[in-house]
Amino acid sequence: MRVNFTVNGRPQEADDVWEGESLLYVLRERLGLPGSKNACEQGECGSCTVRLDGVPVCSCLVAAGQVEGREVVTVEGLADFAKQRSCGTGTGAGACAGHTDATPDSAPQGVSLDEAKAWAARPQDSHTGEGAQLSPVQQAFIDAGAVQCGFCTPGLLVAADEMLERNPDPTDADIREALSGNLCRCTGYEKIMDAVRLAAARQGEAV
Amino acid sequence: MDFLRPASWQEALAAKAEHPTAVPIAGGTDVMVEINFDHRRPEYLIDLGRIGDLYEWEVGEDSVRLGASVPYTQIMENLRSELPGLALASHTVASPQIRNRGGVGGNLGTASPAGDAHPALLAAGAEVEVESVRGSRRIPIDDFYTGVKRNALAADELIRAVHIKKADGPQQYSKVGTRNAMVIAVCAFGLALHPETRTVRTGIGSAAPTPVRARTAEEFLDAALDEGGFWDNGKIITPSVAKQFADLCAAACNPIDDVRGTASYRRHAVGVMARRTLTWTWESYRGARRTTEGAA
Ligand SMILES: Cc1cc2nc3c(=O)[nH]c(=O)nc-3n(C[C@H](O)[C@H](O)[C@H](O)COP(=O)(O)OP(=O)(O)OC[C@H]3O[C@@H](n4cnc5c(N)ncnc54)[C@H](O)[C@@H]3O)c2cc1C
Ligand code: FES
Ligand code: FES
Repeated sequence: MRVNFTVNGRPQEADDVWEGESLLYVLRERLGLPGSKNACEQGECGSCTVRLDGVPVCSCLVAAGQVEGREVVTVEGLADFAKQRSCGTGTGAGACAGHTDATPDSAPQGVSLDEAKAWAARPQDSHTGEGAQLSPVQQAFIDAGAVQCGFCTPGLLVAADEMLERNPDPTDADIREALSGNLCRCTGYEKIMDAVRLAAARQGEAV
Repeated sequence: MDFLRPASWQEALAAKAEHPTAVPIAGGTDVMVEINFDHRRPEYLIDLGRIGDLYEWEVGEDSVRLGASVPYTQIMENLRSELPGLALASHTVASPQIRNRGGVGGNLGTASPAGDAHPALLAAGAEVEVESVRGSRRIPIDDFYTGVKRNALAADELIRAVHIKKADGPQQYSKVGTRNAMVIAVCAFGLALHPETRTVRTGIGSAAPTPVRARTAEEFLDAALDEGGFWDNGKIITPSVAKQFADLCAAACNPIDDVRGTASYRRHAVGVMARRTLTWTWESYRGARRTTEGAA
């Protein structure tokens, strides 16, 4: 079957989708977006976390056909998503101006598949700032050393970003609860806690 | 496999009538695990995600009509005062990601003895509204669970909503597992005080082939509270009464040994949870009495 849905702000079409296929499989294998990880395929690890109509879900447990007409944000689109959000709420005027400069008015919003595939964690050219950009929570994960093998990271980023959107000033208990569906086998979670606290603190300063 | 996407409840009922073996999919948190692991290859999937009515709830005079697909997250956030037991139970389900998708309709569809909604529904008192092209009926929750992962639905029926009695007193939910999140119950216990009828209701999870009530324990406690005038005098429940209640709850179990725990551990733990939840709910009943009396 064919599935039409929005991924990272752009309409996408996936063809030859098997009826029992998961959203995770469609993202990784049909659209070529391997950011969302497949570690358990049973909802236990959270490494496949994406936002479906704004809500964090395990993409391995969403049937492809269920996303018809809906909006998905993956880790590849997180930086752009965070930027749009800060523009939308009017708290990041500076960032918005930059965005308008870089993106002609006629260009569609969101992140294309090619851009998403080319995404890397560091800007390619530090002088022009071109290449991949980072969302505040991504930057905080790097700065706090919260990434080891990195397999859990995309899911954690999506979950942490959503929590900070809802709850800009989280307690440690709030952070633990929001991330309780994301397993990490490497870090022991302390640096991840540090990263989220850092992102929250920076978000607070920026306002 | 065919993926059916009914746009309305009537279309969904028609699809289920035409294909009785079709598997409905709501949040997918049970169905997709089975498909991903090749444990299930249904000929038809019926996506219920487009039927808005299933995601709505209505707070009535005596009960809440909870749409079958309302996710646990919504129950926790919006129905805490009307359905405290179910809200607590919802909070113990899996993780935020799973709670954002899964709901009570799917829990009832799976009818696992470990499902967390069941003890809360049994304790609160509920009816399951099911429908087919033949018509609609309401199944009392006490008659809904018919065997291990079996329920009273006919092949052409779908769950539309659950009608749950609004709390008229304190409710609690307690669950034993190896960690706080992402844990399937080793065993679980729900308790609801119903001061209006001066009764107590229970629900036990993961300690029998189906979710069950501890009826003998309920009858014993109802009589003991009545005889001692506890509902009126608000005294602390006599330890011997609490112990007898706990023992009777443990005796209501019919557990098995499995990877999550032994039968004797489950029986023991249910007794402990029964005593604790009774203490917690009774304390809060006494607290509420004091406040109303103080105000009067
Ligand atoms: C990692 C993980 C952890 C979990 N932890 C818990 C836990 O702690 N506690 C717990 O109770 N459960 C747990 N579950 C199980 C699951 O999340 C729950 O049973 C949930 O309530 C299922 O709801 P759903 O909407 O996702 O159901 P689905 O998977 O969509 O459906 C489940 C079953 O119900 C049927 N069904 C769904 N809606 C209807 C309807 N309207 N009418 C008729 N039949 C219907 C389906 O055909 C299917 O048989 C866990 C699952 C996972 C993957
Ligand atoms: S791959 Fe989806 S939760 Fe693990
Ligand atoms: S960094 Fe390796 S699993 Fe988390």
